[in-house]
Amino acid sequence: MTDTTVIEKPRSFSRDVWDQFRTHKGAMAGLIVLATLILFVVVGPFIWRIDPTFVEPDAAKMIMSRNKPPTWAHPLGTDQLGRDMLARMMAGGKVSLAVGTVAMLISIFIGTFIGVMAGYFKRLDGTLMRMTDLFLALPLLPLLLVLMMLFGDRIRALLGPEAGTFLLIVFAIGVTSWMHSARIVRGQVLALKEREFVMAAKSIGTPSRRVILRHILPNVVSPIMVAATLGIAGAIITESVLSFLGLGFPPDFPTWGRLLYDGVEYMQLYPQRVMWPGLAISLTVLSVNYIGDGLRDALDPRIRGR
Amino acid sequence: MKLRTALLGAACAFALAPAAYAERGADGHVNVLYWQAPSILNPYLSSGTKDVETASLILEGLGGFNEKGEVIARLAESVPTVENGGVSADLTTITWKLQAGLLWSDGTPVTSADAKFTYDYCTHPEGGCAQAARYEGIKSIDTPDAQTIVITFDAPKPNPYQAFVGGTSPILQAAQFANCLGAAASTCTDQNFMPIGTGPFKVTEFKTNDTVSLEANPNYRDPAKPAFATMTVKGGGDAQGAARAVMETGEFDYAWNTQINPEMQAQMAAGGKGVFLNGFGTLVERIEMNMTDPSADLPEGERSTVAHAHPILSDINVRKALSMAIDRQLLVDVGYGAAGRPTCNLVPAPELYASDNTECIPQQMDAAKALLDTAGWTDSDGDGIRDKDGKKLSILYQSSTNPVRQDFQALVKGWWNELGVEVELKNIDASVFFGGDAGSPDTFQKFYADVEMYANNFDGTDPEPYLAQYMCDKIPGPSNQWQGENINRFCDPAYDALVKEMSATADLAKRSELAKKMNDMLTKDSYVVVPLVDRGRLSAASNTLGGVVLNTWDTELWNAQDWFRVK
Repeated sequence: MTDTTVIEKPRSFSRDVWDQFRTHKGAMAGLIVLATLILFVVVGPFIWRIDPTFVEPDAAKMIMSRNKPPTWAHPLGTDQLGRDMLARMMAGGKVSLAVGTVAMLISIFIGTFIGVMAGYFKRLDGTLMRMTDLFLALPLLPLLLVLMMLFGDRIRALLGPEAGTFLLIVFAIGVTSWMHSARIVRGQVLALKEREFVMAAKSIGTPSRRVILRHILPNVVSPIMVAATLGIAGAIITESVLSFLGLGFPPDFPTWGRLLYDGVEYMQLYPQRVMWPGLAISLTVLSVNYIGDGLRDALDPRIRGR
Repeated sequence: MKLRTALLGAACAFALAPAAYAERGADGHVNVLYWQAPSILNPYLSSGTKDVETASLILEGLGGFNEKGEVIARLAESVPTVENGGVSADLTTITWKLQAGLLWSDGTPVTSADAKFTYDYCTHPEGGCAQAARYEGIKSIDTPDAQTIVITFDAPKPNPYQAFVGGTSPILQAAQFANCLGAAASTCTDQNFMPIGTGPFKVTEFKTNDTVSLEANPNYRDPAKPAFATMTVKGGGDAQGAARAVMETGEFDYAWNTQINPEMQAQMAAGGKGVFLNGFGTLVERIEMNMTDPSADLPEGERSTVAHAHPILSDINVRKALSMAIDRQLLVDVGYGAAGRPTCNLVPAPELYASDNTECIPQQMDAAKALLDTAGWTDSDGDGIRDKDGKKLSILYQSSTNPVRQDFQALVKGWWNELGVEVELKNIDASVFFGGDAGSPDTFQKFYADVEMYANNFDGTDPEPYLAQYMCDKIPGPSNQWQGENINRFCDPAYDALVKEMSATADLAKRSELAKKMNDMLTKDSYVVVPLVDRGRLSAASNTLGGVVLNTWDTELWNAQDWFRVK
């Protein structure tokens, strides 16, 4: 009997997850990099106030300001029309990150929903998985073409060219990239639902909804996280492909993908033109991957606390 | 004196040596790169430049065009003219004489029956001949003997050098294509892939969309030509890769259409392995104004049709101001460098037909602003966009996906914004934009935008058919599956009358005057077509390849028989 016994304070779930997450060095580094990138694109334009689409109206000055190497006036140099690359990187990043994140959320939401439904409810399995196969078999590009053609004009007229295109693109990418996560989730759910703790939960009369939310979902978080991180990268690239084909944003609307495509032509003469957007995309993808890795460890009840 | 003569003789002998040694096939192999790969070698079944030009190595017409745009004889003995009696005084017939002793590459003689057959082949009602325009207006073709071809026209034809002249209308061998008339044309794979011709080369192997292997035609009419024994025409890649293959790595001797940005041109040219060749023809990059309303609010079938006039571009002051705000020289410097020059003309060449209109070249931003002010287009609500009667100067500007065009779009948008015009840009994949699919809303014919930018040119040296495209009855619309050529929906009875007058005029000076007048009506008088840049052809040739002359009036391979290896 001693008085020194300290009863540990009850720990909250989020605290547990954060503690576990912090131990993952890569994930922390990723988080810092991603936070920096987000700050760069969100706060940056308030500090660096050059218009990304500004072209010098005076012809002689404009010719002189093309393809400049980094200077104090243009820290990342200028492009073939003398537009400031730093401002373009910020404006482009905002769009690319937003497209990547939103499209990924849509795709993960659909994928997880379909996967859990198919895995958990036997009756739905056949139908849902055949639907998944159907979507997998659909060629992505023609589908996007049709989508853009049918709804493009109307949505653009409704919400303006930028917001309309944004909505259309994230929707199009979201609904065409959920299939892999659905399959992975289904497989995991099939295995999990035969496990003892799920059986136990069912035997005391827990409704399906709660079994899924409470017992199954936390256990399938890790594959979902992996699929999500890969999804962001895929969405950023798909967006640039769409814009390149003329189905995405207007051509003067910078995104990282478009900056990269524009730069390819000048790669040999001005390697920085592809380096900056390439670096930004790679850093985003890498950091999101690491964060996903850390989150998976932190969220998985079997790994956490070991 | 004797010594001097002897020395002179020796010098002459040296100077003439290369010519004396010239012998068919002496220079080995030559590699040509067409980055858009040829997919067929029958120009009557494809209008693609890549196909027509590659086929011109094998198939030839009676005549062709040289680099100055003059008609030259190929299979014919000479070019028929009114002076030499080959063209009748009333301009209704032209009589071509074949050279004596001409042989096809399989050794059989070339006769006038082959030309007659070619005419029947292309004008067959069931066949979809891509070059049918070249045989328009022909009443009959007669062959009084094996060497003579008499073409009779429906009406006086001031420019009779259409049929059988140039790479787009060569003569096919009747014996080979006899079973390929009409609907059967496209099923004749062997014939279309390996035509028998009279040109300097013959096909040995054809891989669609990849490689054409050729060897010197053993029966070519000049026994000393071609200097190369074999040739490979390879396809694939892009313009930049093609330029690099000639200018930097030296893998290829000649690359077609190496249109790259001016800085790259300068850098590659500095490499010293090859040279860029440029020649100006009739290709003009232009902004086309839509005279009809493309609004998405209109029901399908009425958008961009003559049923509704354009709400803002119908005002000539708006069109004029938009044109005045553009700095064409800057566009050239940014996009084309040596391969372009600013122009205000729809018909920039040949000289005979080019109007002296240059007033659009200097940018006149202040004058453009003043013009809009006086026309009543002012920014009445203070949002930076001019308006009048509740209509805003807001336009959708579309073009095909192409780095230079996107740069142009960005620059022009900047100028128009400065003018107080709101601009939304749109770029469309080239295969869709130029695809002509009546079901797609994004083709240049449908023109579901306010202005659009692309380049177009005319074949040969006579602008009449080209200018005739702007007649009222050629407006694309749902009734003709959007296949008309009058993209702007321009319609002026006075213009139509000029077209009719030109088609009945034979006198060259008068034709030139009419062509200039029509060009001006479309450009500086109405600003319906806003020409920007006269684009040249830019191709790359290795320093080791001699005899190359870039020709913008016929195919680029027009003189491949004269090419040789520089040693």
